[in-house]
Amino acid sequence: MKNALEALASEKVLLLDGAMGTMIQRHKLSEEDYRGDEFAQWGQPVQGNNDLLNLTQPDIIRDIHLDYLRAGADLLETNTFNANSISMADYGMESYVYEINKRGAELAKEAVAVYKEEAGRPAFVVGSIGPTNQTASLSPDVNRPGYRAVDYSRLQAVYAEQVAALMDGGADALLVETVFDTLNAKAALSAIRQVYDERACSLPVMISGTITDASGRTLSGQTAEAFLVSVSHFPLFSIGFNCALGADQLLPYIQELSRKAAFHISAHPNAGLPNAFGEYDEGPDEMGEKVRPFLEMGLVNIIGGCCGTTPAHIQRMDELRKTAIVRNPASHA
Amino acid sequence: MPEMKPLRLSGLEPLVVTADSNFVNVGERCNVTGSRKFLRLINEGDYDTALEIARDQVENGAQILDVNMDEGMIDGVEAMKTFLNLIMSEPDIARIPVMVDSSKWEIIEAGLQCLQGKSVVNSLSLKEGEEVFVEQATKVRNYGAAVIIMAFDEDGQADSYERRIEICERAYSILTQKVGMPPEDIIFDPNIFPVGTGMEEHRSNAIDFFRATQWIKEHLPHARVSGGVSNVSFSFRGNNAVREAMHASFLYHGIEHGMDMGIVNPALLEVYEEVDKELMTYVEDVLLDRREDATERLLEFAEGVQQKEKKRTVDLSWREQSVQERLSHSLVKGIADHITEDVEEARQQYDRPLEVIEGPLMDGMNIVGDLFGAGKMFLPQVVKSARVMKKAVAHLQPFIEAEKAEGEQKGAGKILLATVKGDVHDIGKNIVGVVLACNGFEIIDLGVMVPAEKILQRAKEEAVDVVGLSGLITPSLDEMVFVAEEMKRQGFSVPLLIGGATTSRAHTAVKIEPQYGSGVVHVHDASRAVTVAQQLISKEQRPAYLEQLRGEYTRIREGYAKKQKKDVYLDLQQARKKRFGWTAEKAEIVRPKRLGVHPVTAQLEELIPYIDWAPFFRAWELHGRFPQILQDEVVGEEARSLHADALEMLERMKSENALELKGVFGLFPAASDERDRIHISNEQGEKCAVFQTLRQQKEKKGDGPYFALSDFVAPISADVQDYMGAFTVTAGGGLAEWIQPFEDAQDDYSSIMAKALADRLAEAFAEYLHEQVRTRYWGYASEEQMSNEELIKENYRGIRPAPGYPACPDHLEKQTLFDLLDVGRHTGGALTESMAMVPAASVSGYYFAHPESRYFALGKIKEDQLQDYAERKNLQLEEARRWLSPNLID
Repeated sequence: MKNALEALASEKVLLLDGAMGTMIQRHKLSEEDYRGDEFAQWGQPVQGNNDLLNLTQPDIIRDIHLDYLRAGADLLETNTFNANSISMADYGMESYVYEINKRGAELAKEAVAVYKEEAGRPAFVVGSIGPTNQTASLSPDVNRPGYRAVDYSRLQAVYAEQVAALMDGGADALLVETVFDTLNAKAALSAIRQVYDERACSLPVMISGTITDASGRTLSGQTAEAFLVSVSHFPLFSIGFNCALGADQLLPYIQELSRKAAFHISAHPNAGLPNAFGEYDEGPDEMGEKVRPFLEMGLVNIIGGCCGTTPAHIQRMDELRKTAIVRNPASHA
Repeated sequence: MPEMKPLRLSGLEPLVVTADSNFVNVGERCNVTGSRKFLRLINEGDYDTALEIARDQVENGAQILDVNMDEGMIDGVEAMKTFLNLIMSEPDIARIPVMVDSSKWEIIEAGLQCLQGKSVVNSLSLKEGEEVFVEQATKVRNYGAAVIIMAFDEDGQADSYERRIEICERAYSILTQKVGMPPEDIIFDPNIFPVGTGMEEHRSNAIDFFRATQWIKEHLPHARVSGGVSNVSFSFRGNNAVREAMHASFLYHGIEHGMDMGIVNPALLEVYEEVDKELMTYVEDVLLDRREDATERLLEFAEGVQQKEKKRTVDLSWREQSVQERLSHSLVKGIADHITEDVEEARQQYDRPLEVIEGPLMDGMNIVGDLFGAGKMFLPQVVKSARVMKKAVAHLQPFIEAEKAEGEQKGAGKILLATVKGDVHDIGKNIVGVVLACNGFEIIDLGVMVPAEKILQRAKEEAVDVVGLSGLITPSLDEMVFVAEEMKRQGFSVPLLIGGATTSRAHTAVKIEPQYGSGVVHVHDASRAVTVAQQLISKEQRPAYLEQLRGEYTRIREGYAKKQKKDVYLDLQQARKKRFGWTAEKAEIVRPKRLGVHPVTAQLEELIPYIDWAPFFRAWELHGRFPQILQDEVVGEEARSLHADALEMLERMKSENALELKGVFGLFPAASDERDRIHISNEQGEKCAVFQTLRQQKEKKGDGPYFALSDFVAPISADVQDYMGAFTVTAGGGLAEWIQPFEDAQDDYSSIMAKALADRLAEAFAEYLHEQVRTRYWGYASEEQMSNEELIKENYRGIRPAPGYPACPDHLEKQTLFDLLDVGRHTGGALTESMAMVPAASVSGYYFAHPESRYFALGKIKEDQLQDYAERKNLQLEEARRWLSPNLID
């Protein structure tokens, strides 16, 4: 798989899909829809547990994947961003982590198979591994700065469970994404290494941090370059940034990574910044113009969208990438 | 040799060591084996002071921070974790990479698991054989750290040149070939041993190190060399002059031979060139083994060397400058220590005391104003500057009086400020006053609860250029409209400024500006106040500025009118039909353990953990989330300093018992009725109060629900007994007396700080009491365990909405609540005619326990509900209209 991805990445800028949450929202699913039959009697509300839909509304998720494939995406992110036992504890669903991840990968694979029939073009399934909702570098308690809600060993164990399930579901690659705390990400990388060692096989690993605001730092306080240095011990397929910012705000940080990293570079920005109602207003053309410099300057190897992006946005990027300069990571080694 | 690959490390920021980099300083003092002070602090658990040692080293130029907790009496794993986690919460320390220093693997691993950056492990060696070495080095590699390798193997520590290079070469080949360690991540420590010990075999210790360093750099590509420098002078302990000279020389020669980094105390490092030449000769004779009798000669000489401890003092070089520059420096930096002597010196230089104010002091304040305008200074700093300015002026005042200066002081303009009648909140107004005063405006501050006639009378008497009104609660909005009408009626022509948390551009444009034709300006925050005031006072700019504002406000009004038309509202009867449906199953009613009215108190220290800091920073116009704001690139430094001052003042408040923290709460049988009322009874079942709630009417997508707070209480018809509660807390008792000394000393900074903290403590008290009620007094959530963050996010069951806030904007209900709880008797609190609570640092509200109870905004209501409400409350329609005016459709 490494070689297939490598080969494709040397030919063109790869296209990652867009937002899953935004697409799910369009279905205006009710509590009952989220529960489906299987969880009709579940003891607490589950509305908003998007990853659960892999089990209760698989058709919706598969269709969203298909929409993105038809828009031109080469890489599909599985619907498993929060499918770890720390985040799932919010719903009391820790014991479904394995199933949700495995099914998440399978659904994306199914969409890829359907699309292959339809268009004859291959695509890859990337297992999405989110940050969890706890940070290993920051205290949740203002008055006890030394306190941590979660530590490295626990994170590693939590991530290992998710990684194994994504691999069992057939993921072609893994994406540790929306990294707001690099220590969480390092624990995820340790977990990935642990599972790879246990199984004596490996998939390409992508990592994508999040610059929280105009300070140019991650939530845990690192600069773009410090983030790069901190995860470079792992043989990554790619490094990049996603979420929190629109493409124009993200550009300088991607430029910095692109100058300094010997890995492939990815960017999947939001469709601008949210408006006062938390909605993303930037349309495909508007966002396209902001993404254009990434492609024309040869800054990235992988482009895609995060919050607020839709198949229409991805389709616009598909058009734009045709004239892109493909960045050569080897020249930065 | 190929060009060296860079060694890349990181804390919050990267550290890239290239072939061209200068020597890298590793701070050595956070080491329990090397620093008795640090050991004592860790033993005593005084981590705050231990952190200061770390910070001090970073400030003094350490580029990597060594941390060592290897001491028999300490739990090294715990100490390492605790200290590193604390460091990670200090962005000015966490900036640089950490060197995890231990001879125990479990301590090293515990350290690595706390560090998000790429760290350095100090150290691994072949001491326990190749197998252990490979295993540990592989783990280090997988944690993403660089590593220091000691020249140590199964046979012991390398003490000769040959042994050093033999061990280093072997370790290098194992690491690069078996472990897959990138060679640039390997750092050798070829053992720095003491010289001048009197032992023959120690004479070449330094030279052997230098030679080994050179060999490593020539034969082991990309690897680096480090060492613990202070070891070399071990036998000269107690003689810091000699030790510093020896360290300087050792580094000089080490670097010449290729040494890349070293563990040193950057604060006690002499510059090679600055060491006394004679001393250096004796030192180098020993270090470089140049004479048989070198050690004896050095010891002899050293006895004569005066011990001159390097003392680090506050940088006072600015005191050398001219008095004008010193005044300016004090103002910009907010330093009050020298201001009186400097002002006195200036007074003697100038002909008249007033010239000192108009000259150097105003020059300094202009710089402050410019920096603030350019976003290079922040509000708390400006307030500190103003404090210095006031102190300076206070010194000059008697001289000015004595001189009976002919003619009045002419400032940039005269501005009257007041918090309007019925309102007691003045933090924002005081800040605006300080900022304007800094920019040369003369401020006449009438304080709080000022009636319109008094404002206008003083405005006439003082012939002010601008009138500024402030207020926090919604009834103040109407009072401002009233003041504007009065200004028009009395023929005023000076502009009117509107500010305060509840005010808005929209309200100003729609409600106030049409009342008064001579200029009404909404000022969003203190930083805008200066430019607004300047434009209003400048005869040239004012007409155009007002014209432009008029245009903007007209557009806002038009937009508002359009929007009003678009919104659709349900009739009250319809909205009531689509209420939130109460059912017994969902309500999970729990009978309160303590029915009735109960006074409570709290200790200040109990409340500190419940403080929500973000609004405190907002009061100072530092915006951002807490604690992230402390690390903010732009305002972080200021936020930290403000936070530190706040914590210090809290300490003082605590030790001086400054505030009376009093509260009262009540839990009662309750039932709701069809007209959105909640009937409260006492334990005997006698009716004792009725709360009137209001229902949402603005059309929603789907079927609603259209909330009123009464929906969260069982209806009378339900045939079950439900309950609700109410409370008031205050942290304002005693505040006025306690801050009097600040006000007397014209220390606005401390006075504003104290008020802002009292506000926070009142909120914290409310949060704390709510938790007590949930878990103990009512007891429906006795299992609840919440962190402060969760509390602030209100992740718990039940709500405590406050009358006057969006779910129940009717301020009059406070009167019902105060009567029910007999607040005056229990806390001494009272209500003004506008229903503002006195003291200002107070919070009141209802308690609802329904698991689905939630905060909502009432929004606008229709005339039918207004009429129904007036009837229910037995009010004249027009009076009801006045109280609810912010919520009425225009």
